[in-house]
Amino acid sequence: MNMMTKKPVHPRALPEQSEWTFELIEQIHEEIRRVAADFGLDTYPNQLEIISAEQMMDAYTSVGMPVSYNHWSFGKHFLSTEKSYKRGQMGLAYEIVINSNPCIAYLMEENSLTMQSLVIAHAAYGHNSFFKGNYLFRTWTDADAIIDYMVFAKNYINECEQRHGVDAVETLLDSCHAIQNYGVDRYKRPAKLSMAQENAKQKEREAYMQSQINELWRTLPRRDEEEVSKKAPRFPPEPEENLLYFIEKYAPLLEPWQREMVRIVRKISQYFYPQRQTQVMNEGWATFWHYTILNQLYDEGVIRDGFMMEFLKSHTNVVYQPPVNSPYYSGINPYALGFAMMSDIRRICEHPTPEDREWFPDIAGSDWRSTLDFAMRNFKDESFIAQYLSPKLIREFHFFAVLDDDKNEKLAISAIHDEVGYRYVRQQLAEQYNLGNREPNIQVWSVNTRDDRALTLRHTQFQRRPLNQQANEVLKHVARLWGFDVHLDTVDPSGNIVSTLECKREKRNRHA
Amino acid sequence: MTYLIDRRLQGKNKSAINRDRFLRRYKSQIKDAVGRAIKGRSITDVENGEKISIPVKDVGEPAFGHAHGGVWEVINPGNQEYQKGDLINRPKGGAGSGRGKAGNSDQTSEDDFIFQLSREEFMNYFFEDLELPHMVKTQLTASTEFKNQRAGYNMSGTPSNIHVLRSLRGALGRRIAVGGNSRKQVMEAERELEALLLLDVPEQDARVVELRRLIHHLHTRLLAIPFIDPFDLRYSNRVKVPKPMTQAVMFCIMDVSGSMDESRKDTAKRFFILLYLFLKRVYDKIEVIFIRHHTAAAEVDENEFFNSRESGGTVVSSALHLLNTIVDERYGAGQWNSYVAQASDGDNWDNDSLLCKQLLINTILPKVQYYTYVEITDGPPQNLWEQYAAVTEHHAHFAMQKIVTPADIYPVFRELFKKQPK
Repeated sequence: MNMMTKKPVHPRALPEQSEWTFELIEQIHEEIRRVAADFGLDTYPNQLEIISAEQMMDAYTSVGMPVSYNHWSFGKHFLSTEKSYKRGQMGLAYEIVINSNPCIAYLMEENSLTMQSLVIAHAAYGHNSFFKGNYLFRTWTDADAIIDYMVFAKNYINECEQRHGVDAVETLLDSCHAIQNYGVDRYKRPAKLSMAQENAKQKEREAYMQSQINELWRTLPRRDEEEVSKKAPRFPPEPEENLLYFIEKYAPLLEPWQREMVRIVRKISQYFYPQRQTQVMNEGWATFWHYTILNQLYDEGVIRDGFMMEFLKSHTNVVYQPPVNSPYYSGINPYALGFAMMSDIRRICEHPTPEDREWFPDIAGSDWRSTLDFAMRNFKDESFIAQYLSPKLIREFHFFAVLDDDKNEKLAISAIHDEVGYRYVRQQLAEQYNLGNREPNIQVWSVNTRDDRALTLRHTQFQRRPLNQQANEVLKHVARLWGFDVHLDTVDPSGNIVSTLECKREKRNRHA
Repeated sequence: MTYLIDRRLQGKNKSAINRDRFLRRYKSQIKDAVGRAIKGRSITDVENGEKISIPVKDVGEPAFGHAHGGVWEVINPGNQEYQKGDLINRPKGGAGSGRGKAGNSDQTSEDDFIFQLSREEFMNYFFEDLELPHMVKTQLTASTEFKNQRAGYNMSGTPSNIHVLRSLRGALGRRIAVGGNSRKQVMEAERELEALLLLDVPEQDARVVELRRLIHHLHTRLLAIPFIDPFDLRYSNRVKVPKPMTQAVMFCIMDVSGSMDESRKDTAKRFFILLYLFLKRVYDKIEVIFIRHHTAAAEVDENEFFNSRESGGTVVSSALHLLNTIVDERYGAGQWNSYVAQASDGDNWDNDSLLCKQLLINTILPKVQYYTYVEITDGPPQNLWEQYAAVTEHHAHFAMQKIVTPADIYPVFRELFKKQPK
């Protein structure tokens, strides 16, 4: 783009000022909407909300949700945000966007007009269309119901606090939060429910579940011949990956309201699960679109040089990737990688090189909009990188793989950005974004239904990586939820138990 | 369809409750931190908010994760010198884990979790569980404050006080009572009319005509009963009740003689500042009298008490005499709760200490609720301390403590003003 060319002033050109007004925001939003529609972005309706910095901190605290239940950990989060913001150590994020229908995007009042436009293009069109289109979000989240569900959760937990005391609720939530990453179904698809149905079903569940559990933990003496003849059936029949689900359904001592709260944490965790799996794609997509939309507006003459300079400055900050030896390095910047990959796909479509034709015969030279749209809809970070990371980007990022094996004395460079290394680097990078590898694989293995009711979890080691030291602490939380002893076996891939952690419940504390 | 909503006017403290939850959970750690924080502060700082730090491990939220170990193969950007197959030494001091990702940030840094308390909150923690001992609610009559209190309902009042529910309930009752008779007659007449009509009595029959007239007449009467009448109106009644109140006066006595060097005076002032903040904060109605003495005593205002410099010899009894005079003149006759706090280095003219003891035992202590004495010295007890020690045997509401370093101020203060078992 040639910044210095004199152009005739566009009739709808935005004034060159940094202060925003409601009229100007509406005007630029209208322009962005038009361009986005031209590019074929399919979005939920937008709801833009102007908020103050304090409100932004509030929004941070409740992970962006407009409503959330109360818990001290949110307060802790708030205090640290407040501290760093007030001392100027940190600017607040420019934007928060909520995956709901209508899609809510926050605009902070301190932002300049340029930044507001950037946020609108990024959040209200980029993220919004991603939420609406990506298969993970379509499967796992229900944008229509989430706000209602959060209201339900907040009210329910409030009610529990009144009935059972703040402390009882707090400890229970602590325990649920400790294993909330294990409150996710990775394969089963959830049913969608409206708020009213949710309320009605909740009552039903209470009654039903209590009856089920009692059957499982039946203490009536059985007739003798029955007892000797049968070995206790294995329970659960298959290992269960969703710890919170298992606890909600089968923990022997939980009260119905406690089960409902476990369920709430589980549901919310499930709701955020797609976001954790699509960081690179989601941010890359949104960044690509704010860049593309605003450039289009600049080419049309709606926005002018001053605006563009400010925009480009913050855009380049966002997509900067410091090298590994830089003091600012803190992992791969998802904005940088995502933006580079999205732009690269467009390049491959529009100006393919012979190398691209060899690596991406399907998409080289195809229509970039439909190709990008397909990529956005059908992938998550892991598969997206495995599919689309091009040798050109590997060269540009100077990616290299370091193998750190604690059996070897030294670290080894296992691949670099050369002909033999491309596929290896790409595969490793994709693995790195595989949530299944990032988090220890821990599942419910068995329950001793006939004796001490102990719960056994099984950690299947990945690459011989040990559990962190907090595991003991977490296990205490699991034991609190389960109500009886909990064991955690670590097994190697061939199934031999390598080590065991356990947490014993003292009898007299069981109801504490 | 797009909405642009201005939310700025809505409340900003949505997280206040979460913040409170946090403070509630870590109350004891925060209290310790407040205690530590106050040690390092100069006088004027005390009232500002404070940065509080508590160990990160206490506020941690545990989660399963990978620790460093086993095999980690990590892709990094920015290769400059490496070729495939190169071997490099492990970075020292666990930096290796920094190269990984969120999963292996197991080595939680031992940093503290630091946050800011507002001045209000800081002072709350600071003065928690402290009180003026032996406070008695004396002299209710002296109170000038009233509080409004509900007192049933009234037949008259201002329109804004109309109690709608009560008024309508009254109106309903009245309508039932007044209309009861007529309604009964209507019912009877209607029943009779119906019976007649069933027997095919012609409309022109005298009885039918009369009944119809009667029914019409009674309906008119019923309709004439007003729905609501001024008589029905009830007004909420409020009365003023005198509010019981305590009157208290605090005397701060400080030795500013030459033997009190600057650092001791500073310590004494810090003690009094603490006391003063405590009183101002916790008690609405309290008067504070500042007395400063060397060989002679004078009553001064707050500003002068804390800020002026003056020195000379020491006659402690001069201050006690002045105290006694002020109590008799202004705060006598059992109408006041009186408290005295005295600070000195314990240095006094020899004969005067004995006099002080006599004054305290015989004259002052019977008149006051609580008397505290702090001696600011790092040496052995001086003569005043010895004399005062004898006072404790006579009076339970006399307390004395020693301050050696500025760090003692807060613990001593807490000791003197801790809540006493009732």
